[in-house]
Amino acid sequence: MFAEFLQYLLSGITVGAIYALAGLGFAIIYNSSHVINFAQGEFIMIGGMATSSLVAAGLPMWAAVLLAVLITMLVGVALEYFAVKPARNADVVTIIIITIGASIFLRGMAQIIWDKESHSLPAFSGETPIHLMGATIVPQSLWVIGVSFLAILVLGWFFNRTLFGKAMLATAYNRLAAQLMGIRVKRVLTASFGMSAILGAIGGIVVTPITYTNYEAGVMLGLKGFSAAVLGGLGNGMGAVVGGLIVGVAESLGAGYISSAYKDAIAFVIILFVLFFMPSGLFGKRGTERV
Amino acid sequence: MLLEISGLTSHYGRIQALKGIDVTVGEGELVALVGANGAGKTTLLRGISGVQPVSAGTIRFDGQDITRMAPEARVQLGIAQVPEGRQVFGPLSVEDNLRLGAYCRHGTDVEADIKRMYAQFPILKTKRNQPAGTLSGGQQQMLAVARALMSHPRLLLLDEPSMGLAPRLVAEIFRIIETLKGEGTTIFLVEQNAYAALAIADRGYVVETGQVVLVDSGTQLLANEKVREAYLGQ
Ligand SMILES: Nc1ncnc2c1ncn2[C@@H]1O[C@H](COP(=O)(O)OP(=O)(O)OP(=O)(O)O)[C@@H](O)[C@H]1O
Ligand SMILES: [Mg+2]
Repeated sequence: MFAEFLQYLLSGITVGAIYALAGLGFAIIYNSSHVINFAQGEFIMIGGMATSSLVAAGLPMWAAVLLAVLITMLVGVALEYFAVKPARNADVVTIIIITIGASIFLRGMAQIIWDKESHSLPAFSGETPIHLMGATIVPQSLWVIGVSFLAILVLGWFFNRTLFGKAMLATAYNRLAAQLMGIRVKRVLTASFGMSAILGAIGGIVVTPITYTNYEAGVMLGLKGFSAAVLGGLGNGMGAVVGGLIVGVAESLGAGYISSAYKDAIAFVIILFVLFFMPSGLFGKRGTERV
Repeated sequence: MLLEISGLTSHYGRIQALKGIDVTVGEGELVALVGANGAGKTTLLRGISGVQPVSAGTIRFDGQDITRMAPEARVQLGIAQVPEGRQVFGPLSVEDNLRLGAYCRHGTDVEADIKRMYAQFPILKTKRNQPAGTLSGGQQQMLAVARALMSHPRLLLLDEPSMGLAPRLVAEIFRIIETLKGEGTTIFLVEQNAYAALAIADRGYVVETGQVVLVDSGTQLLANEKVREAYLGQ
């Protein structure tokens, strides 16, 4: 009984960590530009696919990982430069549609560069399951959880401790005042796409040994990340992390106790519920502002 | 002249907010620009900082044409603005707001400057770790001024610093502006509170619907019949 619950919980936290990273990606871009970047899932896919093909080409794992993260970051920056920036005077809905178009384009490119097959990566430290109070967990799950946790810590450090991180927060809060401080808001926008792409790539790489990846793996992951971000309150980083874990665990419990046929539906029920009943999410804008 | 603006025009879509403004500010001067609601004061200051497009005319700073320069380059040249409505970064701490004021200086002696600001505005030191959004209106205004000073401006632009403050705080803000002038800061002050602004200004401009209608010394404008009627309610 408990062992079964623990089992579902562990696999929920594992996928939830990936949703959390994707959700953070949505939050960072949303904060700097109010754009919801529906190509976020493609960053996850490109991270996994690129690493997998680079390893297959004979590169050592660490080099493949670094290169794949770099490639994905460049894709993110290029997305901002070629697709979002030229439309900077368009309204937000138009830009969101542009990101949907970009996601379709990136999937098409992935199909041409790679193929339609499923790709994997060797697990980072073996496949021998670890037993834990009657449940089992593969070592790669610990990698997923650990690496995601580390990425979130680094991100927290970046925003709270570095001047550029603070400048990004300031720009998100008040663009005009940020410009008056001499902050280049264009650079902030570019950085937000680059950072979101890095987060996506990291998630995609660590999860590929467990879930495998293919050219359209980003679609579902992106939507789940979006539900995480909406659940946490769009633009709230900590909210996106909590939202990601909730979506992951809810999905895993639902699949385990109800039916795995409903696994993907659960995330969408959560989105609809949030949009109807609490549009600002669990941690929507706090009222620290005084006029 | 440190700042020389000639024939400046600016539009919001079809609405022309500035219709050929000429303004000069000399080194060390305190120049006030007064005018009613919607006269174009904020548009002018935003144009000077480069965050509002201008359609014609020129802005020269220290002899250099900056009309098309990026906002950050102007901050680097020494133009700082305290925007209308204060616009502090609400979720960030008071101290982080000050640090961002020095963003363009790339970290040289920022900590010493923060100490100086705390000495000048002791209330900011007390609240240093609180989110700026939790400060009262008067405290936020002081923070906005201190944040602008963090960039070591050669020209300080102030957009209605007394707006929405209780009379006691208005007096305090104007005292601070006089102190800054005493320290040699060049100030271009925009105000609806014409009386208080002209009283401390070396020279003053009166603007109406995007045009300068009067230029004179602060004291002369205060004594001017038309100004008294229109702006001082006398
Ligand atoms: N974002 C905008 N879009 C359209 N028109 C605008 C915009 N901002 C200002 N205006 C118009 O431009 C004119 C000048 O506005 P501006 O804000 O510069 O005046 P102001 O003198 O600063 O007024 P106030 O004393 O109320 O701050 C006004 O007629 C105003 O309606
Ligand atoms: Mg104004």
